[in-house]
Amino acid sequence: MIIDLPRFIATERPSWTELEKTLDRLQAEPNRALALDEAKRFHFLYQKVSADLGRIATFASEPELRRYLEALTARAYGEIHETRERARSFRPAHWFFAEFPRVFRKHVGAFYVSTIITLAGVIFGGLAVMLDDEAKEAVLPAMFANHMGDPAKRVAMEEKAKKDRYSDKHSMFASQLMTNNIGVSIKALALGMTFGVGTIILLFYNGVILGLVGIDYILAGQGVFLAGWLLPHGVIEIPAILIAGQGGLMLGKALIGHGDRMPLTARLRALGPDLATLIGGVAVMLVWAGFVESFLSQYHQPVIPYWVKITFGCVELAVLVWFLGSGRRKDSAPSDAEVGA
Amino acid sequence: MNSELRIRTPEGIAFAYQLAGPVARCMAWGVDLIAIIVIAQGVNSLLSVAGYVSPDFATALTMIAYFVVSIGYGVCTEWLWRGQTFGKRIMRLRVMDAHGLRLQFHQILMRNLLRFADLLPGCYLIGGVAMVLSKRAQRLGDLAANTVVVHIPQHAEPDLDQLLAGKFNSLRQFPHLEARLRQRTTPEEARLALQSLVRRDDLDPDARVRVFAELVEHFKTLVTFPPEAVEAMPDEQYIRNVVDLLFRPRGAASAKAAAA
Repeated sequence: MIIDLPRFIATERPSWTELEKTLDRLQAEPNRALALDEAKRFHFLYQKVSADLGRIATFASEPELRRYLEALTARAYGEIHETRERARSFRPAHWFFAEFPRVFRKHVGAFYVSTIITLAGVIFGGLAVMLDDEAKEAVLPAMFANHMGDPAKRVAMEEKAKKDRYSDKHSMFASQLMTNNIGVSIKALALGMTFGVGTIILLFYNGVILGLVGIDYILAGQGVFLAGWLLPHGVIEIPAILIAGQGGLMLGKALIGHGDRMPLTARLRALGPDLATLIGGVAVMLVWAGFVESFLSQYHQPVIPYWVKITFGCVELAVLVWFLGSGRRKDSAPSDAEVGA
Repeated sequence: MNSELRIRTPEGIAFAYQLAGPVARCMAWGVDLIAIIVIAQGVNSLLSVAGYVSPDFATALTMIAYFVVSIGYGVCTEWLWRGQTFGKRIMRLRVMDAHGLRLQFHQILMRNLLRFADLLPGCYLIGGVAMVLSKRAQRLGDLAANTVVVHIPQHAEPDLDQLLAGKFNSLRQFPHLEARLRQRTTPEEARLALQSLVRRDDLDPDARVRVFAELVEHFKTLVTFPPEAVEAMPDEQYIRNVVDLLFRPRGAASAKAAAA
C-alpha cells in the first residue's frame, strides 16, 4: 500500500490529538462518566486511530509515528475494553461499614473453614499441654516467654502490681502489636499462593499457641484471669487473623479452581477487589485490637476488675457479630434487575 | 518465559510490549530497597522531634512509620506514577495489567502484599523461580493481581541528518522504485538497516563487510534498481542510500539540501 504520508498525517492528526485529549481527561478525572454522545465519539476515534495504525503498520519509514499510534491505541484499548467498574472516589466510612462486611459475608464459607482449622489447632495445643508437660517449651516461640512458667504464679505477680508498669510504653507496645499482627495477617493472605497450604499451616499453628496458653491457664484454675486478659483484645484480634486466613483460603481455592470453569486468570481477576477489601478491613480491626491490648488488656484486678474487662470483651464481640452480619438480609434480597427479570 | 506480551484488539490491531526479565527487575528492586531505607531514615529524623514531647510516642511513631513505608512504598509509588517506582523508573520498567486494560488500585495492592510469598524462603527464590517458569515473566504477586512488568522502549532516534548528510543518493533518481521500496520494506527491516549503519564502527572489519553484503542482497530482493544506478556502489553506500530513502521523505530531504 502506498500512501501520501504528509497528507495522511495532516488529515488524521486532529483525530489523534482529540483522542489523546479525551484520554488525558479520563485519566485526570477518573470519576467522570462520559455522556452518550461523548462515549460514541470516543469509540469512533478509537476505531479511527486503530485503522490508522493498521495502515501505517506496514509503512517502514515512520517508526516514531507507528509507536505513537500504538501507544495511543493501547491507552484507548484499556479504556474502551475495561469492563470492571471504574473506581469511585474512595469513601472510607462506606468501605469499612458496608463494603468490608458485605465481602466478608460473600465468602463466609472460607471464614468457617479458617475457623475450623484454627479450632483444630486449639484442640491439638490443648491436648498437648494436658498430656505433655514439655509441650509449652517445645512449641511456644520466644515472644511468649512470660507464659512458660506456672500460670498461677504469673497471675499472682500481675495482681500484686500496684503501679502502672506500662505508663511509659503504651504507645510503643500498641504499635508493636499492630505492626506484628498486621504482618501476620498479610502472611496468612499471601501464603494462599501456596494453594492455601501455607495459610492452613499458619492458622493451625496460631490455634496451637492459643490452645497451649489457654488450656494451661484453665488447668491452673486461672480461667477468669485468662478471660479478663484475652477477651478485650482477642475478640477482635483473633477474628481478624481468621479473616486474613479466609482471604488466603479464597486465594488458594481460586488457584486450585476445583468446580470452576473460569480460567485461572479470570478467577484471580474476579477475586482481587474482595481480597484487597478484606485485608484492609483486617488492618483496621488490628489497629483497634492493638490499642485495646496495650491500654486495657495488660491491667488486671485490682486496677481494673475482671468483670469490667470481660463485659467489655463480650460487648465488643456482640458488636463485631452484628457489624459483620447485619447486612445479611440485604445481601439475599433480590436486586432490581432480578425482580424485573 | 516469553519475551513479549502480544495484545490483539477485537479491531484486529496487534501491539506488543517487551516483558521485563528477572535481572532488570532485581536491579529495580535493589534501587527501591535503597529508596525505602532513605525514606525511612528521613521519616525517623522528622519524627525524632516528637521525642522531646514523649519518647514512648516517638518510638511508636517510628515503628509505625517504618512499617508503613516498607509496605506502602510500592503501593503508593506504583499508584501515583502509573505502575512505576523509583527503581522501575530508573530501569525503564512499568507494571501493567496483563490484558492491557487499566491498572486498578486493588491490583497494585495485591501484587505488593503478596511479595511476602515471593520472598520465601529468602532472596525472592520462589518469586524468581515463578518468573522464570511463567509464560509472562510473572512472580506470584503478579499472577494473583493479573499484572506484568514491561520495558518502556527508549525512543531516542539517531541523528539521520548527521548520519546521511552530504551524500549523493543515486537511487533518488527513480521515484517509482523508491515508492516501491518504502511499500515493501517492513518496519523491522528498516530498523535493521538503520542500526547496521549506526553500529558499523562497533563491528569487526570482516563482520562489517559480511553484514552489509547480506543486507544488500536482501534489499535487492525487495526492489531491483537499474544497474547504472548501483554500478560500482559499495554495499555500505547502498544501505546508506536505502536508509535515506526509507527514513527521509523526498520533501524533507530536498528541503534540507536546499537549506544546506
